[in-house]
Amino acid sequence: MKKLSKTTKNNLITYGMVILAYIIVQILISTGHVSSLIQGLLVPFCTYVIVAVALNLTVGILGELSLGHAGFMCVGAFSSAVFSLAMKETLPGGLRFFLALLIGAAAAALVGFLVGIPVLRLRGDYLAIVTLAFGEIIKNIINALYLGVDSNGLHFSMKDALSLNMEEDGLMLIKGAQGVTGTPNDSNFTVGVILILVTLFIVLNFINSRTGRAVMSIRDNRIAAESVGINITKYKLIAFTISASLAGVAGVLYAHNLSTLNALPKNFGYNMSILILVFVVLGGIGNIRGSIIAAVLLTLLPEVLRGLSDFRMLIYSIVLIAMMIFNWSPNAIFFRKRLKQRFTGGKKAEKEA
Amino acid sequence: MYGKGWVWDCMSFLAHLINGISLGSVYALIALGYTMVYGIAKMLNFAHGDVIMIGGYVVFVAVSGMGLSPLLSILISMAACTVLGVTIERVAYRPLRGASPLAVLITAIGVSYFLQNIALLVFGSDTKAFTNVVTLPNLVLFDGELVIKSVTIVTVLVSIVIMAGLSLFVKKTKIGRAMTAVSEDKGAAQLMGINVNGTIAVTFAIGSALAAVAGVLLCSAYPSLTPYTGSMPGIKAFVAAVFGGIGSIPGAFIGGILLGVIENLSKAYISSQLADAIVFSILIIVLLVKPTGLLGKKVQEKV
Amino acid sequence: MKRKMLSLVLAGAMTAAMLTGCGSTAGTETGDASGENSETTATEETGETAEESTETSDSAQSESGDAVFKIGGIGPLTGGAAVYGIAAMNGSQIAVDEINAAGGINGMTVELNFQDDELDAEKSINAYNALKDWGAQVIDGCVTSACSIAVSDKTAQDQIFQITPSGSAVDCVANDNAFRICFSDPNQGIASAQYIGENGVASKVAVIYDSSDVYSSGIYEKFAEEAANQSFEIVAAGAFTADNKTDFSVQLQQAKDAGAELVFLPIYYTEASLILTQAADMGFDVDFFGCDGLDGILNVENFDTSLAEGVMLLTPFAADATDELTVNFVATYNEKYGETPNQFAADGYDTVYTIKAAAEQAGITADMSNEEICAALVEAMTQITVDGLTGDGITWDASGEPSKAPKAVMIRDGVYTAM
Repeated sequence: MKKLSKTTKNNLITYGMVILAYIIVQILISTGHVSSLIQGLLVPFCTYVIVAVALNLTVGILGELSLGHAGFMCVGAFSSAVFSLAMKETLPGGLRFFLALLIGAAAAALVGFLVGIPVLRLRGDYLAIVTLAFGEIIKNIINALYLGVDSNGLHFSMKDALSLNMEEDGLMLIKGAQGVTGTPNDSNFTVGVILILVTLFIVLNFINSRTGRAVMSIRDNRIAAESVGINITKYKLIAFTISASLAGVAGVLYAHNLSTLNALPKNFGYNMSILILVFVVLGGIGNIRGSIIAAVLLTLLPEVLRGLSDFRMLIYSIVLIAMMIFNWSPNAIFFRKRLKQRFTGGKKAEKEA
Repeated sequence: MYGKGWVWDCMSFLAHLINGISLGSVYALIALGYTMVYGIAKMLNFAHGDVIMIGGYVVFVAVSGMGLSPLLSILISMAACTVLGVTIERVAYRPLRGASPLAVLITAIGVSYFLQNIALLVFGSDTKAFTNVVTLPNLVLFDGELVIKSVTIVTVLVSIVIMAGLSLFVKKTKIGRAMTAVSEDKGAAQLMGINVNGTIAVTFAIGSALAAVAGVLLCSAYPSLTPYTGSMPGIKAFVAAVFGGIGSIPGAFIGGILLGVIENLSKAYISSQLADAIVFSILIIVLLVKPTGLLGKKVQEKV
Repeated sequence: MKRKMLSLVLAGAMTAAMLTGCGSTAGTETGDASGENSETTATEETGETAEESTETSDSAQSESGDAVFKIGGIGPLTGGAAVYGIAAMNGSQIAVDEINAAGGINGMTVELNFQDDELDAEKSINAYNALKDWGAQVIDGCVTSACSIAVSDKTAQDQIFQITPSGSAVDCVANDNAFRICFSDPNQGIASAQYIGENGVASKVAVIYDSSDVYSSGIYEKFAEEAANQSFEIVAAGAFTADNKTDFSVQLQQAKDAGAELVFLPIYYTEASLILTQAADMGFDVDFFGCDGLDGILNVENFDTSLAEGVMLLTPFAADATDELTVNFVATYNEKYGETPNQFAADGYDTVYTIKAAAEQAGITADMSNEEICAALVEAMTQITVDGLTGDGITWDASGEPSKAPKAVMIRDGVYTAM
């Protein structure tokens, strides 16, 4: 009973932290204390927080390394952007964005499910490389995809725009590498924070549900879990699909924040997948609140380093290495523990161990 | 256009095949370094591609800037990369020994960014045209219908020599056997009196020296050098290493060659835009059939 | 429990790092930009001297106390496309230095602050917002198309005048406040097809293009469309992608098998230099034709320029032109940055001079708001004529497109020769 209330309390702190951050930012904005840079970063913060939490579900709770979450983001982003662009004139903003969210989440969930069936049979580094491969495949296909709509319906080609044979009045939705242009700007900070809260609600409840505990038991000891009759494939797939669909939601938010959407190595390639993984690892594997904080701080870091001009990315990489060593090195952990012991009189450190 | 009959088709198929082997031999060479480090230290050294890039720059500066002979330049480059590799291991990876493999992976990414940005600051962003260090004449067959580049032949030969050398080294020498022991069980190896840190440092030294060789041959085959030259071939070579069974030395060679051939043939006969998607799809299929790659060891699961 | 503590420690460490980070940014941002005027090569500076120059330039600013005109630049300064962004930044910086030495714009000292967008639309918005905080009055950017489109959406909202040196996609200038210096992609694709057709350069043409690049695929599309109206035939079209741009043997082999007489390369010179080398290696003797992206190929360090013999290109800028403007620019660039400028540098240079011309035409003064500047500059843009590095007598219409003639040049004996 005590354990449960502690989890609930913990979760409430996480929700509270997000809501408090939202309120503080809103107050600061209304009093004019927030720079344009930070204001412009608010939606990206939300995007990366959501996708970091989503990946933490796979890495921390399911215990499998995925390097393909940028691919799921990509699916969510493109499916929803195409929908919003096609419906730009037909539907009012709010409803359109809501539907776009559902479409993005559903598309990413579907892809996650399809990818999950073969992939989750593999383990460890092999699973990681296959998810990386899937992410690259998704990016590659979208870069070669041409989609247009005209009075005769949808046209689609994998070669070039000419083979679409569009009517004069047609609207190009995806122009291959040129991507989607003219997506309505429907994302904003408030929507982003609401989506974070929804994501947290889904993930935190999932962790504390019967299904979630089954998933964690697979993570901790697969054979033991199997021996007590837990259907490994089913539970793994459930967790992976939810994770992919939440990454898709982040993609929707991303797509509707920019007027142009391209699938570049930079934003939807393995580099992005790894960046998301950095959020998770730095925030603490399995620690949802840590992911939130790490996602915000690491998105902020390169921006506050802008003053260093040429040395910006260099310093960023050094800070990244230093933080990893500080956070994860057995020696550093030992050192921190001793430090803490000195302050708290050793009581707590014992409990931790 | 294609109406010149089956002989013609055959010839162009052969040309695509040879070009594939040419690309694959470079992948193979890089993959050997990857697999070496993974096999012993059990970590994905994502910075390997960037060590290759640094190796390329060292040779470029030595040959074009200082006018040294190619062979001497390669030796300097190998020495420089060895020092670099050992330093990276000491500063960035060793403190994380015993931590989650994910933490090491992320640190490797950090090192990769670091090397790219250092190169960007030191050498500038503009492309350098690398001088081919392989000055042998190309092999011309069938009245110029088919050309086999000398650098391809050299790369294949060097890969085979390195593959054989590494296999022998790991199996026959004392330090090689120490490496095997460390890769099996670090704790037990330590108890047997093996210097684990030293052994892993040697692994990095060898891996990085190989990276220098790979860098020279990569840049000779595809003579453009930028701070980002190493990253994509690095990832491809990593895929090749997984393809062949990561940790397996012959596997890396076979995986590299196969990857290059598949990539080129799918570009030629299916779609040049979707070549990467096809390569990765084949990788996935292979891993689903053989979950540890073509020549990977089957891991027995302990309860 | 252990994890929670970890995250707390992490958060603490990061907050501390951030606070100091924020502090130093606030200090450097203003200084960095004004400091750039005095900087020769930023790459040679260490962090400490950058800090120092911050302080000195801060005091210098208050000493002079004059009105300043702030130009914010955006382009990729790191990552694979850095070569283009850095060139545009350097070119812009040379123009700014020259203008300041000659007394500025309407008596105002020009400041340039060039921010990195890493070739990522999202980062370009961050760069733009950072520039807005800095007080940018006009935007010189972005260097690449996708980023330019993303930023033009924001500049239109904020009513800040934007002129892109090299964003060539159609949508870059879709908004009223956005103009460009370079040719648009369709423009180049059509012009190339017409040139090849009308001059009977070849009857069988192969194309090798980067399908993952906006610029390249944009030109290819229009080229292929226009080719249907011309006397030549496209016999092979080989695409490559950003992840696959070292090996071109397949595309070249296909072109060779198809009997192409000419290979059209609507790509950048970095990849083109590899294509030329590989074509020579496989004994494929063919003519090459390119667009402005090919400019710079002769200046690839250590490149065997004999390979580029006979390459034709449509370009607005040639680094070895003999007119005084180009000669001076190339000399200054070489001296400052140790490289020969490419077309992006020239675009960046022209962008700043175009801003100057428009600002003088519109009579921009220091006390005008950004909206007023924007409205005045947009009006002035259609009235000015600029003689720049990338064309003589360039004029603009309200759509934002420049009107200038591409020059067709052929590389003979390692130099551009007019055709």
